Amino acid sequence: MNILEVNHVSKSYAQHQALSDVSINIPKQTIFGLLGPNGAGKTTLIRIITQIIEADQGEVFINGEKLNPRHIGVIGYLPEERGLYKKMKVGEQLLYLAQLKDLSKAEAKARIKIWFKKLDIEGWWNKNIEDLSKGMQQKVQFVATVIHEPALLILDEPFSGFDPINANLIKDEILELREKGSTIIFSTHRMESVEELCDHLALIHKSKKILDGATKDIKNAYKANTFNVEHTGDLTLQHPLFEQLQKQHLEDHTYRSVIKILSTDSPNRLLQELIGLTEVHSFQEKIPSINEIFISKVQEEK
Amino acid sequence: MNKIFLIIQREYLTRVKKKSFIIMTFLGPLLFAGSFAAIIWVSMKGGDTKKIEVLDESGLFVNKFTEQGNLVFEYITTDIEQAKKELPEGDTYGILYIPKINLEKPEGIVFFSEGNPSLDITSTISKTLKSEVEEIKLTRSGIDRETLANLKTNITINTINLTETGEEESNAAIASAVGYVSAFLIYMFIFLYGTQIMRGVVEEKTNRIVEVIISSVKPFQLMAGKIIGIALVGLTQFLLWVILTFTISFAVVTFFQKDISAESAMMENMGNRQMADAVGESDQAEPESFQKIMEAVNTINFPLILGCFMFYFIGGYFLYGSLFAAIGSAVDSDADTQQFMFPIVIPLVFAIASLAVVLRDPDGSFAFWTSIIPFTSPVVMMMRVPFGVSTWELLLSMACLTGGFIFTTWIAGRIYRIGILIHGTKINYKVLGKWIFMKN
Repeated sequence: MNILEVNHVSKSYAQHQALSDVSINIPKQTIFGLLGPNGAGKTTLIRIITQIIEADQGEVFINGEKLNPRHIGVIGYLPEERGLYKKMKVGEQLLYLAQLKDLSKAEAKARIKIWFKKLDIEGWWNKNIEDLSKGMQQKVQFVATVIHEPALLILDEPFSGFDPINANLIKDEILELREKGSTIIFSTHRMESVEELCDHLALIHKSKKILDGATKDIKNAYKANTFNVEHTGDLTLQHPLFEQLQKQHLEDHTYRSVIKILSTDSPNRLLQELIGLTEVHSFQEKIPSINEIFISKVQEEK
Repeated sequence: MNKIFLIIQREYLTRVKKKSFIIMTFLGPLLFAGSFAAIIWVSMKGGDTKKIEVLDESGLFVNKFTEQGNLVFEYITTDIEQAKKELPEGDTYGILYIPKINLEKPEGIVFFSEGNPSLDITSTISKTLKSEVEEIKLTRSGIDRETLANLKTNITINTINLTETGEEESNAAIASAVGYVSAFLIYMFIFLYGTQIMRGVVEEKTNRIVEVIISSVKPFQLMAGKIIGIALVGLTQFLLWVILTFTISFAVVTFFQKDISAESAMMENMGNRQMADAVGESDQAEPESFQKIMEAVNTINFPLILGCFMFYFIGGYFLYGSLFAAIGSAVDSDADTQQFMFPIVIPLVFAIASLAVVLRDPDGSFAFWTSIIPFTSPVVMMMRVPFGVSTWELLLSMACLTGGFIFTTWIAGRIYRIGILIHGTKINYKVLGKWIFMKN
């Protein structure tokens, strides 16, 4: 079951095409990475989903239902450019934002208290926002985003401004929210967190979707059938089926070679060949990182 | 709808709880009352004692001129030419010369003085003369004091109709005062709270909280909530000012009255209605002029003025407030607001500046048009209403203002919904125009 389906959505501003014919499906209870270079159209897509703006063409479905104002309460949105009322107290502010999400005052109060405890910020109720550091404000902002337990959580660069400890704290909370049934759209430029967290991803570039699917599948699809081999003694491989792409001297007699299997042969054939030629210390398939895929895909499209 | 209420509540409470609001609320009336008290104090201490010599050749006013306020009268019997010569040398302020006069046609009374005598002095003198002559006439007609006293109330009521010009004069003064005050209050309110709306919008935009909020509510709801919330703040402050000013002035007046005899306080502050109330009718010295002012005040249709005031107060505020909100949404910082403020401020300042023209001819075509056009009508119409405006004009003006603020709110909403999400773009009128017609 997909919680979100975006079907052939297009949007243009005056002269600028922000989205053209973008379709994505997001399965329930997953973390979905929405990637793309700056100005690709990610924010536009998010704003369409959050009903801040309307699509020119195409449709959006949430839980199989056409997007409508009732869905506002289902979505939690943490924009990249975010802030809070500086002069308001933390508690008042969260209460206000939670009530705007249709929570009752009492309910909101109870939930805020729980989150304060979770994020280790008890006793912040009466603090002024302007007295908090950036990272502390981000915590408050995060609480504001998840307070109404949204089924669909859209996080745009959720870790910016956090130190590694707090970033981890937030990451664990995100994972826990998924466990509890939330679906998370995660937009970021930090590829290592995409790799770590995202089950699915889509890559948008110049208003078009150029790649999407399960993270694992994408990585597999972009495997080049190359292997990292560490071995003792120099090696010069001359074989019609294998190509030695790189050779690097590590230390003493240890070298590292990058070898590509040209045919569809199994890695075992290569290993057999290598064992005859040198002493193998490690043999590992080279799996492309999302970072590499991102860069190569985006450059390819230029 | 519930969400709009939440927004209104937040806008209202955060502002009302601010220290600056509380300070202004209490300081404002203190300043008003303070300057008011200062005026009373100065006018009571007011001026040195002035000696006036009375040369009464008619013999009708013997010992009728007694000390009044800071005026001291002294009867002399010297020749008038002699007295005139001696005037610059002595400490006498002026000479009142009363020749032998015909009671039916009292002419030839002259007041000689070195400087121009103040209106106070001449009116005091002529009032005394008038009442004395009238008294004599009445006595001659054989009416005794009791009958006179009984008659007097009736006579005063009749004079309202008979002396229509006199009545109208005082009426016009009060009408223009009421008009000026309410027109100026509206102008001030629009300005003060309009810029507050603008700053609030800019704050939300630069704070970047706006995107968080409009993922929960429609931009228009946010804008409308802000405008209404701030309007309530303004009304609250206005109300508190009225109440506090009244209370403090009342307290001050009562305090002053303990020191000085009620009579002289009454004399000095005749023009003030509140004090007249405070002292009550007990004062015998000036019941007539007090009554006159009260009557003039009563001729003004206060429920109508109050109703109109509230309407134009709110209508004008909405009209301009939404435009201020639009400006706030379009710019990136307070500093950028200047260029867009200009065309909005112009009609407001024009309205205030044209009050003088309107006052000279409250029914002229200039006054008519400026009180129909919604951009000037809130200020100008309030100037006209106390003078009496025909119902159709009032209704037309109100309809235009209503249409006007619906129109500006619509325009502002169109600009606002785009503007709050746009950062770092150079905005000019062409861009704003495009936003108005841009689809959502």
